Amino acid sequence: MAKIKGAVVVNKERCKGCELCVVACPSKVLALQPAEVNDRGYHYAFMQNPDACIGCASCGLVCPDGCITVYKVKL
Amino acid sequence: MKEEIKLMKGNEAIAHAAIRYGADGYFGYPITPQSEVMETLMEEKPWETTGMVVLQAESEVAAINMVYGGASCGKAVMTSSSSPGVSLKQEGISYLAGAELPCLIVNVMRGGPGLGTIQPSQADYFQATKGGGHGDYHLITLAPASVQEMVDFVALGFDLAFKYRNPAIILADGIIGQMMEKVVLPPFRKRRTEEEIRAQNPWAALGKPKDRKRNVITSLELDPAIMEQNNIRFQATYKRISENEIRYEEINCENADYLIVAFGSMARICQKTIELAAEEGIKVGVLRPITLWPFPSEAIARQTSHVKGILSAELNAGQMVEDVRLAVNGKVRVEHFGRLGGIVPTPDEVLAALKEKLM
Amino acid sequence: MYMDINDIIKPENLVYTKPRLMNDNPMHYCPGCSHGVVHKLIAEVIDEMGIEEETIGIAPVGCAVFAYNYIDIDWIEAAHGRAPAIATAVKRLNPKKMVFTYQGDGDLAAIGTAETIHACNRGENIVIIFINNGIYGMTGGQMAPTTLEGMKTSTCPYGRNVALNGYPLRIAELVERVDGTCYVTRQSVHTPASIRKAKKAIRHAFENAMAGKGTSMIEIVSTCNSGWKMTPVKANQWMEENMFAKYPMGDLKNV
Ligand SMILES: Cc1ncc(C[n+]2csc(CCOP(=O)(O)OP(=O)(O)O)c2C)c(N)n1
Ligand code: SF4
Ligand code: SF4
Repeated sequence: MAKIKGAVVVNKERCKGCELCVVACPSKVLALQPAEVNDRGYHYAFMQNPDACIGCASCGLVCPDGCITVYKVKL
Repeated sequence: MKEEIKLMKGNEAIAHAAIRYGADGYFGYPITPQSEVMETLMEEKPWETTGMVVLQAESEVAAINMVYGGASCGKAVMTSSSSPGVSLKQEGISYLAGAELPCLIVNVMRGGPGLGTIQPSQADYFQATKGGGHGDYHLITLAPASVQEMVDFVALGFDLAFKYRNPAIILADGIIGQMMEKVVLPPFRKRRTEEEIRAQNPWAALGKPKDRKRNVITSLELDPAIMEQNNIRFQATYKRISENEIRYEEINCENADYLIVAFGSMARICQKTIELAAEEGIKVGVLRPITLWPFPSEAIARQTSHVKGILSAELNAGQMVEDVRLAVNGKVRVEHFGRLGGIVPTPDEVLAALKEKLM
Repeated sequence: MYMDINDIIKPENLVYTKPRLMNDNPMHYCPGCSHGVVHKLIAEVIDEMGIEEETIGIAPVGCAVFAYNYIDIDWIEAAHGRAPAIATAVKRLNPKKMVFTYQGDGDLAAIGTAETIHACNRGENIVIIFINNGIYGMTGGQMAPTTLEGMKTSTCPYGRNVALNGYPLRIAELVERVDGTCYVTRQSVHTPASIRKAKKAIRHAFENAMAGKGTSMIEIVSTCNSGWKMTPVKANQWMEENMFAKYPMGDLKNV
């Protein structure tokens, strides 16, 4: 059976830490940086659990600021 | 078609002149005494000939914003109204000035304030020449005194508006709008193509080709430092207009002992006053500002070398007289004469006032 | 099989990225604001239809006043509420162009109601994108015509009282009755599925305008988490639980 694997890149300086991507992700891949902030002071999103990503692009779709690029491969 | 000679009302003349100029659009809302402008356009159906768009809007507010939209595309667009309607347009006019957009506005003035009367008036002088809406801006203000000038100022107004990227207004009154005179209509000009508009007005929002940055028509600038620069640019434009576009007519001024300053229909009445005065041995001249803004201040100031007094005759309670006084700067006596609320004075009423106030 | 993340992050594996027509200017919207999502959808639709050179957007007065800074097309910034009048002229003078307005609920449903209804009634071949977030965002969270009964804003701090302020105004239901509209729909952008649907609606509306079928209005029930004083995530929940009852999702008209 073909397995799908994804990965996302967050434009960390564009991110406003709104958390919408975190909630939208069905695989609980994303989280907000607990301590670190970007230049504008936001706790930006990152892949806390990269192995779980299925490349569904839900996070990218909901991100109001267009910070997320999504990639996907079929294994 | 070539030049044509016809008999028509001032309001009709505006409509015919707009079609012949190659105007792209007219947006209006009915109000007396200027409804014939849109009625004539609707009857002429220019959309079938020149392609000009004519639309009756839901209000003057909508109409002026339609003008704003058309002007944003670099099109030659116009609206017409009368005093209460022009008051409603003021927000839009301020936006047009703030976004540096060319357009033509026609105000066929009636007596106010409020709903007022439908009879002629010149009480919107302040509104037209001092800005009218919010912010520091001016409209190029043309005051026709004949039906022929209603025709001619459509082209002049559009040309100046595009030359300086600033709205122009024809400030007529109910007399000029309603009276019938013989006019020479200019030949038809072709409307500009989109390519011509893009070349002549590279700022126009007509869709962004790949090879230029997006065009944004806006009057908004939150950074006060930039907004100040924008205002300085506007003021520089107003200065250029003031240096190059002042127009006026001097009638019998050379040897005059008394000067009447009057515009529009009032200037015509005062021409008769010159004759009546001459019969009594009083030498009166009339200086008729054609551009109310920029105002012919220097031309009026020059008259102080030989006149003993100046009468500013207006169909209002004393508006232009303030500009005349500024121009004259105390050198000779300046008085105002006016009738209000739609009453038009006779030439001998003006003469009587001149004698009473200045002699 | 283990795969390194860098083997996945390659151009040929790209499935989603910021729309090409959305530029890199950082958006001024509050974190999580629905405006950004709708901007992306518009940018994608314009790109997919290949009409970027023919499209003119009319920006409102409201938080989206700076929409012109983010989508790389020509824009005209309107006076408060007047976008449909401006769009009317732009479209009539340029019948082959794609003309759309983007307006908030103060802009469209209060000060600009007349322009909205009359543009719809004339059947102008334009698209009206209507962001209904139940509040005036830009001026700091005052009551809008769309504010729900009992909902608190800075000008109805004890909750909207219909005896004082009247009822929440349902504009989509109003313009649905107007003969000039061809497509009136209510959408939201709070989940991936709703975003996909909203995009389809925008595309359909844009196609209607280009085909000269009349006016299309897409109301997007949105959040203003700052104005609502909630986190973006909570605002989405609150919207579903409260706004959707008054403003139900779906097409009201599609002819
Ligand atoms: C004539 C005029 N009146 C009032 C304002 C102030 N004003 C700016 S934005 C706004 C409300 C915007 O609210 P909405 O349309 O709901 O958009 P949002 O900010 O929520 O996206 C108001 C009243 C203005 N700019 N112009
Ligand atoms: S949705 Fe976008 S802006 Fe919000 S946290 Fe995720 S990446 Fe950041
Ligand atoms: S105030 Fe509200 S509508 Fe405006 S940007 Fe913030 S969240 Fe969005």
